Amino acid sequence: MTFADRILTIDRRWIFLVVAVALTVPFFLNVTCKSRVSPEVRTLFAAVEALRPNSKVLISFDYDPASEPELNPMAEAFLKFAFTRRLKLIMLGLWPQGPLEVDRNLARVFEDEQIRALDLQYGIDYVNLGYQSGNEFAIQGMGASIHNVFPADVRGTPTGDIPIMQDVQNFSNIDFVFNLSAGYPGTVEWVQVAADRFGVTLGAGNTAVQAPLAYPYLGAGQLTGLLGGMKGGAEFEELTGFEGKATKYMVSQTAAHLVVILFIVVGNAAFFATQRRARKLGGDA
Amino acid sequence: MVFSDWLSLQVAALLTLGIVSFLYKDNPFYKICESIFLGISAGYWFVVLFWENMVPKLYDNIALMTSDPVTGAGVPRVLYVIALILGIMMLMRLFPKLGWLSRWPLSVVVGATAGLWFLTYLNSNALVQLRATLLPIVAFAAIRSGEGTGLVSWFGKYLGNLTIIIGTVTGLIYFYFSKEHRGVFGQTARIGIYFLMVTFGASFGYTVMSRMSLLIGRIDFLITEWWPSVTAGWM
Repeated sequence: MTFADRILTIDRRWIFLVVAVALTVPFFLNVTCKSRVSPEVRTLFAAVEALRPNSKVLISFDYDPASEPELNPMAEAFLKFAFTRRLKLIMLGLWPQGPLEVDRNLARVFEDEQIRALDLQYGIDYVNLGYQSGNEFAIQGMGASIHNVFPADVRGTPTGDIPIMQDVQNFSNIDFVFNLSAGYPGTVEWVQVAADRFGVTLGAGNTAVQAPLAYPYLGAGQLTGLLGGMKGGAEFEELTGFEGKATKYMVSQTAAHLVVILFIVVGNAAFFATQRRARKLGGDA
Repeated sequence: MVFSDWLSLQVAALLTLGIVSFLYKDNPFYKICESIFLGISAGYWFVVLFWENMVPKLYDNIALMTSDPVTGAGVPRVLYVIALILGIMMLMRLFPKLGWLSRWPLSVVVGATAGLWFLTYLNSNALVQLRATLLPIVAFAAIRSGEGTGLVSWFGKYLGNLTIIIGTVTGLIYFYFSKEHRGVFGQTARIGIYFLMVTFGASFGYTVMSRMSLLIGRIDFLITEWWPSVTAGWM
């Protein structure tokens, strides 16, 4: 058996093991990975940076714990950046676990000394409106009245009694919408209803598996900016200066990708080598 | 760390390791973890759908009723009663003899969805996208602005628009099946296939990144949260 044959019949568990090692070893090394910031991340950053203090930003957390490794770093960096810009944040979820993700991210954000020093007040600087079912119909309803779709926040306070919500009726009172999405309902629905129907300025952070679906909207100007997967998160962290888990994880991510590329190259080389030998043997016969 | 937090970390780690153990080979530990996941998911979604949809969207609306503008007496909200009847008809699928009744609510759902989203999809996914492909062959505005340097920026300015135009036209030609793909038409369709392959390749790359990210998340949990809890124990 030649080397090429051995490569083609290798037990797939060896591949799993090598990938696992490539992912794990960087955790024990003091290595960082610099990301080149892509234009779609830069435009999102610029759009948020251009907002004046006290602008209203609506953030929809449309994901669950399964997508936390990709979307939490984006959420954390976005929240920190928005708070330091003194933006007013209205947070909600169209996924049942969305409001829980809001709380988990806020808890981590408030561990930061710089954010704690801002002395942010619930109801005045930020609010968690909770979950509402209805998917795209909930978004459509918010175009008419956010108060009707979310009659109370997660603490049970009537939306009309919350200071941050008193001059907010619908999307026309929102300066920017940021959607963190892992599927349906998510960025596609926010583009179709909020951006295209109500003219909302929309940015998004997507899981990598979903990002290719959102890119056409970016090219057509329906999305202001897009953070695609962990790399998008790392780029945003770099721009905002709030380096977090995405930057840390990118070393493992890069190592794993190099291993995958190496296996693809070696596997293809072995495949073509065996094909060539088979043809040669066939010709000799 | 209190005992309940410590215990939840151990359970989470055990379940993570149990699921990952499938990569070695199928085993009872994996089967147990898979069954726990399926059972909890089904229970969780049942509760969510019941309390977030059935109760506030249906029961509350029927129970609260509206008041008659003349007499002031409570009258049922007819539309919600119709929705309830349609919902019950949908469940008739469970009874073979009455299964045909479920076709009516199904037709309402299909018809309403098609009607509601026809314009949305036509606008967002067709007209706006089509407009975005009506581009100058060379991006003169970007060249004049002088922004960006390097190969990627150069490509974007001089060849980016051209690539979009060629990709759109050849991709559409590939999906035109009323004419046989031969000669110049066939060659153009072949270029469309290359564009599709690049698209699928990019999607595959992103999918790999997504799946690796999930694994990184679990490894991070095991290293930074679970292992310290094992060594420290609970207090």
